[in-house]
Amino acid sequence: MKAQREPSRLRTERSSVAIFLDKNSKVIVQGITGREGLFHTGRMLGYGTNIVGGVTPGKGGTKIESGQPVFNTVKDAVDATGATHSIIFVPPFAGADALWEAYAAGIKLAVCITEGIPAHDMMRVVATTPGMRIIGGNCPGLISPGKSLVGIMPGGIFKEGRIGMISRSGTLTYEIVDMLTRAGMGQSTCVGIGGDPIIGTTFVDCLRAFANDSETDAVVVSGEIGGSDEEDAAAFIKEHLPNKPCVAFIGGRSAPKGKRLGHAGAIISGNTGTPESKVAAFGAAGVPVAERPSEIPKLLADRMRSVPV
Amino acid sequence: MKLMEYQGKDLFRRVGIPTPRGTYATTADAVSAFIASNPGSWVLKSQVMMGGRGKAGGIKFADDAAQGGTLAKELIGKVLKNIQNPDGEEVKSLLVEEKVDIESEAYVSITIDRATKKPVIMVTSQGGMDVEEVAASHPDAIAYYWIDPAAGYSPFMARQLAFAAKLPAGYHKAFPKIVGALYDLFMNYGANLVEINPLVLTKSGAVIASDAKVDLDDNGLYKHPDIAEWNKQSPADEDQAAAVAIGLGMSNYAKLDGTIGVIANGAGLGMGTMDAIRTAGGAAANFLDIGGGAQAELVKKSYALVVSDPKVKAMFINIFGGITRGDQVAKGIVEALSGNDLRKVPLVVRLTGTNAKEGLEILAKAGFIPVETMDEGAARAVALANGAK
Repeated sequence: MKAQREPSRLRTERSSVAIFLDKNSKVIVQGITGREGLFHTGRMLGYGTNIVGGVTPGKGGTKIESGQPVFNTVKDAVDATGATHSIIFVPPFAGADALWEAYAAGIKLAVCITEGIPAHDMMRVVATTPGMRIIGGNCPGLISPGKSLVGIMPGGIFKEGRIGMISRSGTLTYEIVDMLTRAGMGQSTCVGIGGDPIIGTTFVDCLRAFANDSETDAVVVSGEIGGSDEEDAAAFIKEHLPNKPCVAFIGGRSAPKGKRLGHAGAIISGNTGTPESKVAAFGAAGVPVAERPSEIPKLLADRMRSVPV
Repeated sequence: MKLMEYQGKDLFRRVGIPTPRGTYATTADAVSAFIASNPGSWVLKSQVMMGGRGKAGGIKFADDAAQGGTLAKELIGKVLKNIQNPDGEEVKSLLVEEKVDIESEAYVSITIDRATKKPVIMVTSQGGMDVEEVAASHPDAIAYYWIDPAAGYSPFMARQLAFAAKLPAGYHKAFPKIVGALYDLFMNYGANLVEINPLVLTKSGAVIASDAKVDLDDNGLYKHPDIAEWNKQSPADEDQAAAVAIGLGMSNYAKLDGTIGVIANGAGLGMGTMDAIRTAGGAAANFLDIGGGAQAELVKKSYALVVSDPKVKAMFINIFGGITRGDQVAKGIVEALSGNDLRKVPLVVRLTGTNAKEGLEILAKAGFIPVETMDEGAARAVALANGAK
């Protein structure tokens, strides 16, 4: 019987590749010949992502139209290409299996787009894949503008720059990024961590990476009602990011208690997960909370002037 | 998917958690017949989803068949109400259980702790009470154990908890086995929560689950098709049923109190849109997330669902295309507005992102001028709901 490990310790032990990916990161696509997998492979290639191949069991030995080889297993793909990153487009029942296959083959970072993976499956995957960073599930992925996109985000709205962005939502991320880009504030890395109750990488994991990232000057945290990830993020910022200006946004502030709004994680139960508790936590950490996405660029600019970098 | 007590106890028995003797009944005749052939003191427990049913008058005691029949007749069809559930819930069935002589009441539950990503066992000797109240008034009275899901459960965990929570000695022998069975249920059936409150120590020394609260993860229900069927017997959430009926995810639609209908792609943007409407001085009539990659048909059906609520005076469709393509959304809007079968309300559309250009052309051809930003759209929708032209 293994002794119980301190949970927060477990999270810090996970490997942290500064900002998770760069231009040369070799990426494979699990589910590359499926409808979504193929469509987004094309979009990622168009953005400049170094996609070195993909996996569809039974289609090994073939190539997709743009020339990337298809393999039967993740192991074959990693052996042949040296891939370190994977993006997963498989049905929910196969989500845990796909993550375990990636882990067994030595993948270092897996982005799981799949929505609807059972929470227990994710819990077991997270507990049994030490050293592999998992982004998601139910997430839009990861982008370092101008370098690489491992996700389903519309690349065109991003701009290369020095603002880090972390978000639980997909489309709300686009809304905020669009505001930043229009205000001339480019982004270093943007991570959509996913809206499910159990996700591989949390706000705090991302903040830890941003804290040590010389390419990121400031961070936007876009949270949601439900859970306590935002409160944890606020506490972490207070302690570890004194010199990186941060601004927060919390979606769902007008939501009534007990209603589940789309994201399985976004539900206020009892007194936990309320917008009040999240706003208060950010306030205590000196992090301004925008009332709406359009306020974020100005709050960020003000903050960057007042915080000594 | 929340289960009723009798369903939860069905699962308890499958994993070997002791429950009181009894029967499930949907008619008063069945109740009196059962008591007639099993003389003794029985408890009639209303089967409802809401909490606090005892205080709402949903639990009665019967000592013979005639009394049982009379009380069952009173309960079945009765609408139970309390402060948390002002609308109330109708009693459709009863669980008839032997009355147990209570020596002591404890509480045990297992739930998913999001922060640590592990199952956590919670135990307190103050059973029979709302655990949130215990947590608020006597936080030290609750003992916790976080289980590493890779390693699983071992009886020492329950022993440690029993001592930490100061459970009476009568519990000690049975407790590790019951917690182990509860953990099996939690893991094997993919539960968000399994709770025994109270776990009763009887005067004769037996340890028995007097109540059962089980909430299963909807995403894992496909692994248990027989249990997924149970949902159809229990009162379904109307919003969820409406969402599923048009092909949306179960949690993608929720009716709210305001007057402005909302359609957005993505849960975050949906919530953000509701917030923007509130900031602009209005209130959303609903939350509706069309999800990723919605086709025109789904957009049209979503429009129909939103306007089926008579409170809706204006609508704001807010789309930031990623996977979702603007032309498909625009087509759906034009189709919804073209026939005479749907109620028309003043409509504001904001469309940007993937294929926005194609979408905007489709809307322009239909004589429709979209707004450019979310803030602008929210303000316009609020003005329209207030009667602006």
